[in-house]
Amino acid sequence: MKALKNYFDKIRPLFEEGGKYHWLHSVFDGFETFLFVPNTTSKSGVHIHDSRDSKRTMIIVVVALIPALLFGMYNVGLQHYMAIGQEVGFWTRFFYGFLAVLPQIVVSYVVGLGIEFTAAQMKGEEIAEGFLVTGLLIPMILPVDTPLWMIAVATAFAVIFAKEVFGGTGYNIFNVALIARAFLFFAYPSMMSGDRVFVRTGSALGMGRPEMVNGIAQTVDGFSGATPLGQLAITDAPHFASFGFTGVTGQPLTLSDMFWGFIPGSVGEVSTFAILLGAILLISTGVGSWKTMLSVFLGGLFTISIVNLFAANPIMEMPAHYHFLLGGFAFGAVFMATDPVTSARTEKGKWIHGFLIGLLAITIRIFNPGYPEGMMLAILLMNAFAPLIDFYVVDANIKRRLKRVEAKKEGNKK
Amino acid sequence: MADRIIIKKGLQIPLLGEPDEVFRGTVTSEFVKVCPEDFHGITPKVAVKVNDRVKAGSALFYEKRHPDMLFASPVSGVVTAIERGEKRRILNFTVQADKEIQYEDFGKKNVASLSPEEVKKSILDAGIWFLIKQRPYDVIANPDKAPRDIFVTGFDTAPLAPSYDLLLEGQEADLQTGLNALTKLTTGKVYLSISPKTTNKGLRDAKNVIITEFEGPHPAGNVGVHINHLAPVNRGETVWTLNALDVAIIGRLFNKGVVDLTRIVALTGSEVKQTGYYKMLIGTELKSIFQNNVTEGITLRYISGNPLTGTKIEENGVLRAYHSQITVIPEGIEVIEPLGWASLSPNRYSASCTYPQLKRNPHKKYRLDARIKGGQRAIIMSNEYDRVFPMDIFPEQLIKATIAFNIEKMENLGIYEVAPEDFALCEFVDTSKLELQKIVRTGLDMLRKEME
Repeated sequence: MKALKNYFDKIRPLFEEGGKYHWLHSVFDGFETFLFVPNTTSKSGVHIHDSRDSKRTMIIVVVALIPALLFGMYNVGLQHYMAIGQEVGFWTRFFYGFLAVLPQIVVSYVVGLGIEFTAAQMKGEEIAEGFLVTGLLIPMILPVDTPLWMIAVATAFAVIFAKEVFGGTGYNIFNVALIARAFLFFAYPSMMSGDRVFVRTGSALGMGRPEMVNGIAQTVDGFSGATPLGQLAITDAPHFASFGFTGVTGQPLTLSDMFWGFIPGSVGEVSTFAILLGAILLISTGVGSWKTMLSVFLGGLFTISIVNLFAANPIMEMPAHYHFLLGGFAFGAVFMATDPVTSARTEKGKWIHGFLIGLLAITIRIFNPGYPEGMMLAILLMNAFAPLIDFYVVDANIKRRLKRVEAKKEGNKK
Repeated sequence: MADRIIIKKGLQIPLLGEPDEVFRGTVTSEFVKVCPEDFHGITPKVAVKVNDRVKAGSALFYEKRHPDMLFASPVSGVVTAIERGEKRRILNFTVQADKEIQYEDFGKKNVASLSPEEVKKSILDAGIWFLIKQRPYDVIANPDKAPRDIFVTGFDTAPLAPSYDLLLEGQEADLQTGLNALTKLTTGKVYLSISPKTTNKGLRDAKNVIITEFEGPHPAGNVGVHINHLAPVNRGETVWTLNALDVAIIGRLFNKGVVDLTRIVALTGSEVKQTGYYKMLIGTELKSIFQNNVTEGITLRYISGNPLTGTKIEENGVLRAYHSQITVIPEGIEVIEPLGWASLSPNRYSASCTYPQLKRNPHKKYRLDARIKGGQRAIIMSNEYDRVFPMDIFPEQLIKATIAFNIEKMENLGIYEVAPEDFALCEFVDTSKLELQKIVRTGLDMLRKEME
C-alpha cells in the first residue's frame, strides 16, 4: 500500500495545475481518494472531523442494495428456466441471472460514470459519488429484457437532464434512477410493461439457450410472463377472492412466494425479504430515514383501507399486504423515497412526503388500469412537491420568529 | 433552586486527552504577543511605537471606529516589534516583559456607587472591553448600543474543555463584582448559565443574576443555545455575551484597580504526555509547556482553544485572547489509510452509525487527527445538522440562505441569534465536509457591513 501511495505522490505533479495531464485531474483525484483517505487537513473552523464522508454514505446504500440484487439475479435465472421448462440447480440459475444482469450494470455504470467524470472535469470539481447508487438502481428497477442500448440512452438522459444541468449530485430535483425509468416508460412503453419483458426467455451471453423453432424461443405450455399486478389489472374475475395470482408456468402464487420473491418483476423489486434486509441496514446506520419508509407504508395503508370500503373490482378489493409485497412498493419506499436529495429535507416534511407517496402510489395502481405500477410516478410527483412541503414546515418556524417580534412590540406599547 | 433546561440534541465527542485536575505551575515567557486577529471585526489603530515602554493595562492599540475602545497590554515592558502581514495588516504586538510586572493604576472602585456610564468608561479605559461580545454578528460589543440583556456562561461543554469550577477557584469575589458591574450595563436582565455539575460557590450562589442550569451534551454550554432557550434575539435587538472567567477579570479591575489578564489554562489533547492546568497571561509563549511534553516523530497541530473552535497556532505560538485551553492533536498528514470508505476499523470515530462500533462502550476515547477525511460535496444528507443543533432554528436552511446571502431569508431563519461556534458541531459531523463556521462568519460580516 505504501508503494502505491508513493507512486501516487510521484505522479501527482503531472495532474496539478500546469502538469501534462491537468485535464484529467478530477479523474486522478477520484482514483486517489477511492484508494486512500485524503490527507488534507482542516484549514478553517473545526480541527477534527467525523470519519463519515460522502463515499462511506453511498457505499452503505450500495451494500444495502446487494441482497435485493443477488436475489434478483437468482430469480431471473429461476423464472427463465421455469419458462423454458428446464430443470437446473441453484448455481446455474444464479449464474444465468448474473450473466443477464451484469451487462446492464456495466452499461449503466460506464455510461453514467463517464458522464459524471466528464462533467466533474469540465467544472474542475471532485467526482461526486452519487452515481454509485444510481448506477446500480437503474438496472434493478428495469425489466430484465430491457435492451442494453435503451439502458445506455436512458442513463445518459437521466444523468444529463435530471442531474448535471441542475448542478450535479445534491442539486437534482428528481430521483435520477426513476427519471431513467420514466424516460424508458414513456419512450418505449412496450418494453417496460406487459407480459414479455419481465421474464427472459432467450439466452444470457450464450447461457441457458432455449429450444428454438423458426427463431422463436420455445416456452412451456401455459407460459405467461405477466407480473402479478399486471395479471390483476386485466383480470375478468368479479372479485379478488375468486382471482388467483399465477406464476410463469401457470402455477398458483402464494403469499410466501411474494414475500421471498419467486415472482416475475423488475430485477431488484421482487423479494420483499431482501429489501427488508436493506432497510434494516439503512435504518440502523441512519443513512435512510425510517420516518420516510414508515410513512410511505402508512400512506399506502390509509388509502387501501378507504378504497377497500368502496371496492367495486378485484384490484380495489385487494388487501394491503398484497399491495406491499407486489410491484415496486417496498423497493420504492426503502430505496427511492428516502433519497435525501430529492425527498423532503425537514423531519416533519418527511412524514408528509412519505405519506403522500404511499397514498399516490396506491391511487395510481388502483385507478389507472393501463398502468398497474404507481410507485415510480408517485415518487417523481412528490419529488416535485418536496420543496413545497419543506417551505411550509420552515415557514412555521419563520412565523414563530416574526410573532415574537410582534409580541415584543405590543408589549412595549403597553 | 435554579431552573433547569435539558438539552437533548448535541454530541460529546469522546476525545483522548482530558486535562488532569492538577495545577502544574505558572508559565512566563520573555516575550508576550497580542494578536489583533483574535478580536474579530475591529480595525486596529496602533497606540504605541516600537521601543515604547508600556505597563500592564496600557493601551497597545484601539478600534478605529471607537477610539475609546482600547486594547490593553497584558504585561509591562518594552514594545519590541509590531509585525505586519499582507496589506500592512497588523499580525501582532510583541512586548518584552519585565521581570516584575508593573500595573497601570486604575484605582479600586466600588461598583455599587458607580453610574452605568462610569462602569462602562472604566472597562473601556482599562482596555478590556474586548471581553464583552455581542449578538448579532458575534463581534466585540458596541459600547454605544445598550444591550437588551447580558448572558454569562458559567461552564464549557466543548471537547476536552476545562472545568470552570477549577478555573474560578479563589476568584468568587471578583466574579461577583464583575456580575454586579454587568447589571449596571443593562436595563434588562443578566443571565448566568451553569451546569448541574457546577460546584463553585461563586457561580452557584451568584447574586443579582438569573441562574439557569443547562444539562446535556455539547453545545449545552454554548451561549447561543442559552440565549435561544431563555430569550431569543430578535431583529434590531442586541445582547451581550461573556463567559464567567472574563467576568472575573472585569471584577478584578474594580476590586484591585489593575488589569490582570492572567488565566488558568488547561493543557489538553491526545498528544500531550502530561496534561494539566497552568497559570499564564494572555499572549504568553507556549514553547515551554510543549517542550518534552508532546508526542515526537509526527507532525502535530497546536490549537489555542478547543478542537472545534480554537485557533491554529505554531509550536512557538502564544495563548490567544479568549482561550483557557490549549489542545495538541496529531496533524495526520503522514497517515496512510487505504480504502477508508470500506473500513471496518473500530478506531474510526463517527457520530453516525456508519462505522461498526461493536466495541462501542461509553468509556472508549478516540485519538482524532486534523484530517478532513473526505472531499467537499454539496449538502446531500438531511437531518445531520439538526441532530447537533439544539436551537429553534433550521440550521441547514439557514446555511443555504447564508451561502446565497439572501438577507431577508437569513433574518427570517434566525441569523441574528447565531455565531459561528454554534455550527462547530454541524461542521464536525457534516458528510459533505463544508466549512460551515467560515460560511457563517463570512455571512455575518457581510450582513454587518450591509446593516451598519
